[in-house]
Amino acid sequence: MKRIIPMWIAIIGGFAMMLSSFVPLAESAGEMFADVFNVVAAIAFVLGAGSLAKQHLEKLSRRDAGWGYSIITLGSFLITLFIGLLKIGIHPNPSFPQAAYSGSNDAEGSAWSWIYEYMITPLTSTMFALLAFFVASAAFRAFRAKNTEAILLLVTAFIVLLGRTFAGVVLTGWFPDWASGLRLENLSIYVMQVFNTAGNRAIMIGIALGVAATGLRILFGIDRSWLGGGDA
Amino acid sequence: MTRQAKTWLIIGAVFVALIVVRGMIGQGLGRVYVKRTDVTVTLPDAAAAGAPSASANESINVSPSAASTQVTGAPSSGTTSATSASTISWQEWKQVPPLEFIAAQKANPAQTEIALSWPRTIGLWLAAFFTLAIFSFLYADNPFYKIAESLVVGVSAAYWGVIGFWDTLVPKMFGALTPGLVKSLVQPSLVAPERLQQISMVFALILGVMMLWRLLPRGGWISAWPLAFIVGVTAGLKIVSHVESDLMAQAAATMKPLVVSVTDASGATNMWDSWWASVANVLLVTGVICCLTYFFFSVEHKGVVGGAARVGIWYLMITFGASFGFTVMGRIALLAARVEFLFDDWLWLIDPNHFRGL
Repeated sequence: MKRIIPMWIAIIGGFAMMLSSFVPLAESAGEMFADVFNVVAAIAFVLGAGSLAKQHLEKLSRRDAGWGYSIITLGSFLITLFIGLLKIGIHPNPSFPQAAYSGSNDAEGSAWSWIYEYMITPLTSTMFALLAFFVASAAFRAFRAKNTEAILLLVTAFIVLLGRTFAGVVLTGWFPDWASGLRLENLSIYVMQVFNTAGNRAIMIGIALGVAATGLRILFGIDRSWLGGGDA
Repeated sequence: MTRQAKTWLIIGAVFVALIVVRGMIGQGLGRVYVKRTDVTVTLPDAAAAGAPSASANESINVSPSAASTQVTGAPSSGTTSATSASTISWQEWKQVPPLEFIAAQKANPAQTEIALSWPRTIGLWLAAFFTLAIFSFLYADNPFYKIAESLVVGVSAAYWGVIGFWDTLVPKMFGALTPGLVKSLVQPSLVAPERLQQISMVFALILGVMMLWRLLPRGGWISAWPLAFIVGVTAGLKIVSHVESDLMAQAAATMKPLVVSVTDASGATNMWDSWWASVANVLLVTGVICCLTYFFFSVEHKGVVGGAARVGIWYLMITFGASFGFTVMGRIALLAARVEFLFDDWLWLIDPNHFRGL
């Protein structure tokens, strides 16, 4: 029972979604399933939040190493949740002034937009910016032109990198017009439009075939590994 | 004191000294100015309650009043006040460039329409601190980085939870199960839900509660049911969308003519452009076929198939190289944006947008 019922739920839900794309009569059923899916996915955030709180509270109670950082995580989590759920400092939408919570959380000057602008944006974008250093460092250590494939990868990376900077324009800007196609900025565009498109297209086709095969295996009950406990 | 602690202390002291010096030179640094806008809205009468009033009357109030940005207070309270039985009004604060404040002060030193915003200025300094705290990881793992990291986890989890609540749960689930409440508090234009919609949302609520069962010490298997629903619906959705947009659309886009004729404005064929366009199409079609051959493992990669697979590998290497270059450029663009934030918004050392008239 613990495995059969979930398997049938997956089969019915999956086939309903597939049918709604092909049978006009099943379209509304598909929309209904999509709405249920969105709501369950949104409730999954609550599960995630609960799991985060549980994990950090356990860490706090055990006084594990770095428990002070758990206080920061929990505190920032609860404050952001409080401000966002209660729409602190948000005025009603001028079209519906009688509805206290009709205003958008994104309104300029609200506590929510303050958190987004001065906390989420700098923190996340700097995290990603930090990767520039690590990617460059890893590339410096790993990139070795030891065979044809490695040379192709290295040369292409340099063409794309230089072709999108002013340095590339300066380096090859003196090329005559009849050889303008060899200028780094043009070469970079050509690489992206032809070779990169071809490679990515093949990868996308491969992924689509893989997704379709895996999806069908799940919907026909052949692949049950997602239920846990092996393929049986 | 350890060597690392000493290093941090010296770096911190030098940094603070530099900021203090910068603060005393020229226009100073890191301030945010805001302009006040008074909003007056007419409340719909009782009979029309629920229908959009669309009678917002936004006007600039130049009369002296307390000029400070409010970022706290419950909805419809705090800066919102009832001016009469049928209207309510509140003040909104929009960020303006410092240049506008300087001009307003020159015109009228007693003006209060444009003022310094302390909450946003504190936010700006906090943002600068977070940016530097994360960059400090380049030297070594340290408490500043860990604080920033902990904040990212806490704030991001709550952020996405709140987005899910207001954008999905309120309009879809609460809108169907408690339409009266949602209509009066959040969305007066809410259309009354159909019976089937309500039943489906009860089903969603049951699945959601079953999912939360995972947090309890016993009966974790109950959460397998909503998980099964998510797996099944995702599989059904993805099969169709991937086959449609990736497999079919990409295959169709690859069906290109191998000989292309490019004509110029006069209608004459441009041989050079035609040749290049044809070569591009041949390379593209060949590349897709060769890459797919490389992915095809049911036939041994020998002879013609092996040669095609080898060409496919070359194409893939070029693709990975291009993706690498593209990713690095994206990250460097982000890095440049953060450095610009520090030098422009915070330290006021550069002024690319001429916000301070430098």
